[in-house]
Amino acid sequence: MKKGILWRFILITGTVLLAAIFFLPNTPLFKDMPEWWKKDMPDKGITLGLDLQGGIHLVFEVEGDKAVEITTERIAQSLRDIISKKKLNAEIASKGLLITSSSSSMEVRKAIEDSYPVLTPVETGTTITYKISDKEANRIKDSAADQALETIRNRIDQFGVAEPTIHRQGTNEIVVQLPGIKDPKRAIEIIGKTAQLEFKMVDDAAPVAAEIPAQIAPGEEEVILKQFAGKIPADDEILFEKSVNRETGIVRKRPILVKKQTELTGDMLKEARVNLDKGVPYVSMAFNNVGAKRFEEVTTANVKKRLAIVLDGVVYSAPVIKNPISGGNAMIEGNFSMQEAKDLSIVLKAGALPAPLKMLQNVTVGPSLGTDSIEAGKRAGIIGTLLVVVFMIVYYKLSGVIADCALVLNIILLLGAMASLNATLTMPGIAGIILAIGMAVDSNVLMFERIRDELRAGKTPRVAVDSGYNKAFWTIFDSHVTTLITAAVLFQFGTGPIKGFAVTLSLGVAINLFTALVGTKTIFDLILSRRDVRKLSI
Amino acid sequence: MLELIKNTKIDFMGKRKSAFIFSGILLIIGIIAIIQIATGRANLGIDFAGGTSIQIKFEKPVILHDVRKALEDSGLKDLDLQDLPTVNKILIRVKKTEQNLGQTSDAVTEILSQKFPGNKYVVDSTTEVGPKVGGRLRADAAKAIAVAVVGILVYVAFRFQFNFGVGATIATFHDVLAVLGVFYVMGHEINLILVTALLTIAGYSLTDTVVVFDRIRENMKRMHKEPLESIMNASINEVLSRTIITSLTVLLTSVALFFFGGEVIHDFSLAMIMGVVVGTYSSIFIASPTVLILRKKKAVAKR
Repeated sequence: MKKGILWRFILITGTVLLAAIFFLPNTPLFKDMPEWWKKDMPDKGITLGLDLQGGIHLVFEVEGDKAVEITTERIAQSLRDIISKKKLNAEIASKGLLITSSSSSMEVRKAIEDSYPVLTPVETGTTITYKISDKEANRIKDSAADQALETIRNRIDQFGVAEPTIHRQGTNEIVVQLPGIKDPKRAIEIIGKTAQLEFKMVDDAAPVAAEIPAQIAPGEEEVILKQFAGKIPADDEILFEKSVNRETGIVRKRPILVKKQTELTGDMLKEARVNLDKGVPYVSMAFNNVGAKRFEEVTTANVKKRLAIVLDGVVYSAPVIKNPISGGNAMIEGNFSMQEAKDLSIVLKAGALPAPLKMLQNVTVGPSLGTDSIEAGKRAGIIGTLLVVVFMIVYYKLSGVIADCALVLNIILLLGAMASLNATLTMPGIAGIILAIGMAVDSNVLMFERIRDELRAGKTPRVAVDSGYNKAFWTIFDSHVTTLITAAVLFQFGTGPIKGFAVTLSLGVAINLFTALVGTKTIFDLILSRRDVRKLSI
Repeated sequence: MLELIKNTKIDFMGKRKSAFIFSGILLIIGIIAIIQIATGRANLGIDFAGGTSIQIKFEKPVILHDVRKALEDSGLKDLDLQDLPTVNKILIRVKKTEQNLGQTSDAVTEILSQKFPGNKYVVDSTTEVGPKVGGRLRADAAKAIAVAVVGILVYVAFRFQFNFGVGATIATFHDVLAVLGVFYVMGHEINLILVTALLTIAGYSLTDTVVVFDRIRENMKRMHKEPLESIMNASINEVLSRTIITSLTVLLTSVALFFFGGEVIHDFSLAMIMGVVVGTYSSIFIASPTVLILRKKKAVAKR
């Protein structure tokens, strides 16, 4: 027996066994394995990509500038307090990313800059304009992205999705993958809702309040805003409440003049749940201790006034405060359906996003398409493999059978390798496997043709096989490496499905080097070692 | 021994003029395609151009024209519809939407529910790509192609003599451009999946070229007294059957994918089929003749 055949056989059997162990979780057999096996042996196998099992892949951009804007607005508000406490004479206004003080006297500047060293002056004259320093702005954006990630995680946890993938990408993007989800539209809404809950006082006392129309048609908001711009007090703003007539279904908008100052925010909530009032769902909320105290203070100071409950810039209701409210309970009504109320309670409980999200990409795949794709992939794989297998036997006879054995070995090892890496199988990935099957026999073809050359030159089968292998080796190696180079590039630059293709193709090609150079050769050696072979079936 | 091709003595090198003319036309079409893609005038997929693509499966057969009319009457523009009548599926693409993501797909499903009340449907898939992601994917694809080509060039130059490296690279470029050009002329979509196929073709088309070059290198040692042209002819004839058979096996699996692999990878398999055919052709008619011409130029220069 030729030296090393036994060792090579052990090597091949070992790798096949290993592949089988890794691939086992993908077969129905895994269920019936003993407990210790399930616990200690590989249990993950190959996972299906979103395109095969259905689900959504979303890319959001956290609008970091908005987070900086919100911080700017908050600083401006607190500066107003500071200025008035120090009895300084200055008006503080904020617009977008800028804060302007009407006075640039030394005292005012000192008061502002001592309180907020992060502000840097951008324009100085009789007035002075500040913006948040670039370094601080970047920190705010970064932490906004972090917070958004955390909030989205919380929301998805409460929504209940098995094995979600949520991660940051680049500086300000968040990638969310939800496999196997049934109601993608609802999930997108829950993730994307900013859910900034604010309580603001309605300014019915301002003289201009009486001039504002009680109701307008939807779409006329801009007209109203333009009409009253400059007429309303500087620290007021106009927000809109949506009202739907229960009987007619007609939608109207109600402009409401509110103070810009936010009395309370959703940060102080500890609980939000759906309740029913005569069959109509509403969301009841409970504040934490700090929030409850603040809520009591606000309601005590503003009895008989109206308090607007604002969610993402839209007024949901503006009830009159009849008595001071202690205990920290509040509610949001708004003609909700049961599901809307439930989703709202989820986002309120999980907390607000620090800045709005902008959807950059949405790939939604329904479960039936995935099943169809898998079926099509299986069919194409089986037919493709059969065509190749039959062709090899017809063309190379017994040697073709050997090549086909190597091909089967190739497929087993490929599946095992993918399972051991917990690789994700995508539709292009299936195409990669099928292409790799076609390429796998290439090495054998190259070798067999070389062996035929040698036989034609009059060499004995054993010498022909050996020198055929040696001569074909570098050709096979070179042709595989070029395919591997492009597969590596695809892996580096590709997105989900294409990465899947790169993984299967490169694994397939790499494993092929092993099956062709070790697998086929071992079988040949075995046949040729048994007896004095005069003729080779090739 | 079953042999497809036996002891051929075809004068491949002598046919290089006709081959160069044929390939020249392919290359020009390919270059035109690249210019059109770069200037945004080609049929770019929504992953590159941005937009919305919705695949809808109806319960009962629908007429494509009716769907188009329903959508256009409701004010949707830049529509591109395609149907798979055997499975009652319709693919709707809306390019370059100005609206926020999500609105177009909502609008489409709303219109279909209204206009086809008796025919229930399920949304098989929705893909929405904003302009920012589209731009990034375009840049990534261009980068990927550049890196792959450089990688292959470096490897082949390292393994073979420089002239052979140039010949192999030109043949590879030729294959990629030819498939891209044909896709462009056929009006098929240029998308990420096609770029994947092109890169795979680039990697694979070298297999045949390497087989031929290997034999030429070997024969150059053995037949060093013969002129290069006849060494090349002899080498190509010697390896002709394996060049064709290796391509044939990949072609078999590509054809299986094309006919049975489903719509997701239909264009991918089509590109692979073309790529394998063109790759085999170029390894015979383009790669070696290019080396020959480079050598001749050098010889003339030396004189």
